[in-house]
Order: sequence, then C-alpha cells, then structure tokens
Amino acid sequence: MSNLPPMLSLRDFSVSFDTARGPLYAVRNVDIDVADGESLGIVGESGSGKTVLSRGAMGLLPKRVAHRSGTVVYDDHDLSQAPRKELREYWGTGMAMIFQDPMTALNPVRKIGSQLTEGLRIRLQMSKTDAAARGIELLNRVRIPDPAAVMEKYPFQLSGGMRQRVMIAIALACRPRLLFADEPTTALDVTVQAQVMQLLSELRHEMGMSMVIVTHDLGVVAGHTDRIAVMYAGEVVEIAPTKQLFANMQMPYTEALMKSIPRLDTPSGQRLPVISGRLPDPTQPETGCSFASRCPYVTDKCRAEAPPLVEVSPGHSYRCWFPIGGSR
Amino acid sequence: MAGSGKAHLRNSEEIILRVEDLTMEFPAGGKKFVRAVSGISFDIERGETLAIVGESGCGKSTLGKAILQLPKPTSGSVNFQGQELTTLNKDALRDIRPAMQMIFQDPVSSLDPRLSVAKIVDEPLKIWDRGDEMWRSNKVDELLNAVGLDPALVRDRRSYEFSGGQCQRISIARSLALEPLLLICDEPVSALDVSVQAQILNLLQDMKERYGLTLIFISHDLAVVKAVSTRIMVMYLGKVCEISAPDELYSRPRHHYTHALVSSVPIPDPNVAARRTTLEGEPPSPMDPPSGCRFRTRCPGATDLCAQEEPQLHEVSAGHYVACHWPRP
Repeated sequence: MSNLPPMLSLRDFSVSFDTARGPLYAVRNVDIDVADGESLGIVGESGSGKTVLSRGAMGLLPKRVAHRSGTVVYDDHDLSQAPRKELREYWGTGMAMIFQDPMTALNPVRKIGSQLTEGLRIRLQMSKTDAAARGIELLNRVRIPDPAAVMEKYPFQLSGGMRQRVMIAIALACRPRLLFADEPTTALDVTVQAQVMQLLSELRHEMGMSMVIVTHDLGVVAGHTDRIAVMYAGEVVEIAPTKQLFANMQMPYTEALMKSIPRLDTPSGQRLPVISGRLPDPTQPETGCSFASRCPYVTDKCRAEAPPLVEVSPGHSYRCWFPIGGSR
Repeated sequence: MAGSGKAHLRNSEEIILRVEDLTMEFPAGGKKFVRAVSGISFDIERGETLAIVGESGCGKSTLGKAILQLPKPTSGSVNFQGQELTTLNKDALRDIRPAMQMIFQDPVSSLDPRLSVAKIVDEPLKIWDRGDEMWRSNKVDELLNAVGLDPALVRDRRSYEFSGGQCQRISIARSLALEPLLLICDEPVSALDVSVQAQILNLLQDMKERYGLTLIFISHDLAVVKAVSTRIMVMYLGKVCEISAPDELYSRPRHHYTHALVSSVPIPDPNVAARRTTLEGEPPSPMDPPSGCRFRTRCPGATDLCAQEEPQLHEVSAGHYVACHWPRP
C-alpha cells in the first residue's frame, strides 16, 4: 500500500447490539484501512457482520441499541464519538452508500427525480433547476435510457436493474470520495449483475473514488477489487490483495467459501462441496477459533485458544493455527 | 430467437409431462396484453431434472405456474401422465394437484409465520385427510429428518426463528408431504448465500433420488442449474431459445443469448474476471415484442432475416435444439 494516510481507518472497531438474550457481538475488534482510490471487498456469509461493519463505519446504526467501540478515522477526522449532526457533514460528499435492496431502499411514493436531487439540494445547496439538470446527467452516467422521463417516474415503474442504477446515481450525486456498496448486485439477474459491477468499476476509475464492496459471493468481487477482507462471526479472518488471496489462501474458511461457489466448469450431476453447520451464536462468544465448529481441519488447540491475526506476507494476514499453506 | 416449433419433443413411454403451444396472456389495460409465455412446447421424462433458465421477465415463473394451472393458461395443452389438465374441471384438477408440488423463491414469506413448523408440514396431510393424527405426526418427523432438520428441536418453533436456508428446508419438507411425482422449484436458492445454496441444491438431489421425483428447476443463474439438471431450456421473452443437455450447452452454446448468459456468470478468479459482458440493455417489453426473432434487438449477430421471420427450433446435434437463423459455431 501507499505511504499516504488511508482515507478510512478502523482500529479495534467493535459493534454490539442489545438483545433480549444479552449483548450480541456483531463486529469484533476489526482493524481495516481503505486507501485513497482503493477498492476493498468485504466477503462473508449472512450474519458475519459485514453489513454492520460498513454501516457502523459510516455511523448509520441506531445509537440506542448499537454500541460502537474503537476508532473510526475518516480523512484525519476521528468520527468515533462524533454527534449525528457532525456525521451528516460527511454523508453524501465524503462517504455514501448503495443499499442492498433497491426496491425497499427507494421511497415508493416519491418520484425518482426528487429522491435523486435531495442530496444535491440539501448538501450542495443547488437550485432546483441546477439540481434537476445534474440529476439527468447522473442518470445518463449510469446508462439509464431517456433520463428526463425517468426523473418523473416512481420506483415501481422501473425494473430491478434500473432501480439499482438509480440507487447508484443517488449515492454518486454529491461526488463522494468513499462509496460503500452493500450487496449491490444480490437482488439482480446474472446478466444485470455483470453490467452493474462493470459500471461501478468504471465510475470508480472515472471519479477516482475509493470503494468498499460488501458481498457474500467471492466470484462477484474477484475482478473488481484490489484487496479482499474475509469476515466470519464478526471478525476479519483473512485479508489480502485480491490476486494473492485467490492464489494463496491460508484460512480454511476462505477455502470453504471459494469451493461452495457454483462454477460452470464443474461437471454436472456432481455433489457440491458445502460448509456444514452454521455460524456460532453471536450472543455467546467462543473461547477458541470462531470457525472451529465447522472447520474440516479442527484440532484441540483450535477449540481452546483463539488464533491471532498473523501476517504471512506484506498486506496478507489471517487467523488460523494451521493455515492451508503451512505444515499441517 | 426465441422460436416456436416442436422438433425437440420426444416420443417416449417415459414422458411424464408434455406441454404444447402453451400461451399465457395477462390483460394490461386498454386492449393491450402482456404475453408472458407465447407458444412454448417441451416435455419431461420421468426422473429428469429440466432447468428453465432466463432473465427476470422472460416468463419462466409464469410458465411454472401455468403448468399447475395457476391460473389456467390462455391456450395450449398441458398433459400430465396422459391427462389433459387444461380441460379438467375444478374437482378433477384438485384431485391431481397433490402429484404436482411447488417450492417458492422466498423461503421466509412462503411459510405462515403464525404456524409451528410441525403444523406447516402437517397442513397438506391434514387437508387431504391422510392417516390418523399419530401417523401424520410420524410422517412429519420423517419428512423433517429427511431434509436435515431435527424434529425434536424444530417441531414447535415458528418460521421466523430460522435462517433462509432452514426455511427452504421446511418448504421442501412441506412440498414432499403428499409424495408428489413432479416438483417445480421456482428459484429455490436465489435468495440464499452461496454457502447455503450448495446445501439446498444437494438436498434437492437427495430428495429426488429418495422419493423418485421429477424436477423442474427455474433459475436465472446458469452456474446454479449446472449441478442439478439433466436438460436445460433457455427462455427469452416468453419463447424458447435453446434446449440441450447441460455439458453440451455450456461448452458449446449455439444461441447468442445462451452465450451471453454463460459469459456473464462471474468467475472466481481475479485473472480472468475482468472479461466484458456482451449483453447490453434490458429485454424489450413483452407487451410489444420485436417482430421475427425476439432477441434480435440485443443480438450481436442479427440480420434483416431475423426481423422478418421467426426462427424455429431445429436440431443442431444429437439432443441439442436451437431457435436461431444464425447459430454460433
């Protein structure tokens, strides 16, 4: 990585929620940096804490039930304890987010134009006509045909792929420097998924943005990220430059995730490899490695003692006592 | 593409379902109609898994439901085990329904949140008055065991206490309660994580072997259907593009649309994943489909002929049928 200070830096970052069964530890002691212009993938199963991590970093979690600890430094400003009013100064122009489900994230009773220009009007104090012109330009940019007509439409009049493009246009409206994309393609068809990922990559290069892509599918981020962090049970269990991760994965969980992707080159009629079992209960912190109960290579040591994050090569760290590349 | 024609229909004793010229139209205000499915024909042999693949809006779910007469198709014929379903009256249709079951896309919303898991799985048995209470209770336990859930732990819990993958297991248990011959799975794994998808796909394979099922597997993802299907039918805008065995279809897609679908599957390898997709834009409206081949507006190989004449399905190699004037080599 470069010597410049990172755009976003999380240190010892944790999030817990109050539940009826006691505190639920959704994100545990995460250290992550996002460099200027970098694209980082955060990959994990449902419940691994990847969405909570990205929302927590932006300060979007409800304060009454979500407890954050550790530090969040964005562009040399410590936002960990910042009140909501101050955080708002960074939303839209500094950090922006594309939400997962384009149907529910858009307001069904407001026209696309009004939702798209809201940020421009409030954050950039643009006039109504300027904002409308900019809105049309943005829709053009995300390749929506006939943008002037789409400005006057409601979300239900658009297809899923179109709605996701509108979500991207809204997130990009105030030219953010860091874009979080939370499962940007999960609700979409494979063909549209490929289009949207390509569009995001192009826009990132054009605008010189940093991007954090959150997904459960390693296949989706393989060609669109510089680095990938694999999350399991609220922890980062492996982090590495993308090519390095695919070529030389160390953590058995990363390997299991990789193997479970349905691929075109496996012969038909074959049984697919699965990760047996399920995520541990997040209200009951484990003593040993969090993946121990599902790991094919588990030993007594794994159950007794949690492995620390160790660096195997520059920028490549993992949490495992018996890594795949090492002697087993 | 997207042609009509019946060259691919087989003449075999083992055919369990034969669909011919099936058309499904919905009124769309004024004198307009949405032609969700227009003139589709196909057949399935006992024990086969037919995958129906296409983008959102291509009519694949409508087709699945039309087979079950939900609602009755506008025209065409659906022949299930020698019985014509489209002309059956309500009671006769009801008698045949247990043999054909469906699994839905969203496993959470397709289960009643107020019912316990045992009640959900028991409901079809109760409605059809199978056995006494004791027998039904044992049957429910057997089904839950079969789908990999521990009856003692799950019987009395409600669906909202379970993850998406577990809810899909409950749905599968429910669909198997009446021992169907044909199971229609409508995007059964698209709402699930990749790691859970594989579990459900394997489970469906196991259930197919154990209960001797014939499956129709509807999906938008070619990579997902690869593992489970014995035959794949690709649809576009209410028409059939291509039908083939899976390995042949993937290694040598002849239709331009199939080729685009195959190449948009993300490859988990950073060295090859930067490939550009060939398919731009979105499908045209099914209210006003293009003339001739319906795919021509997005097809890289379209010519004047494609606008004038609708291509018919024809055999290009053994068991491989394509509806295209200019199939790929």
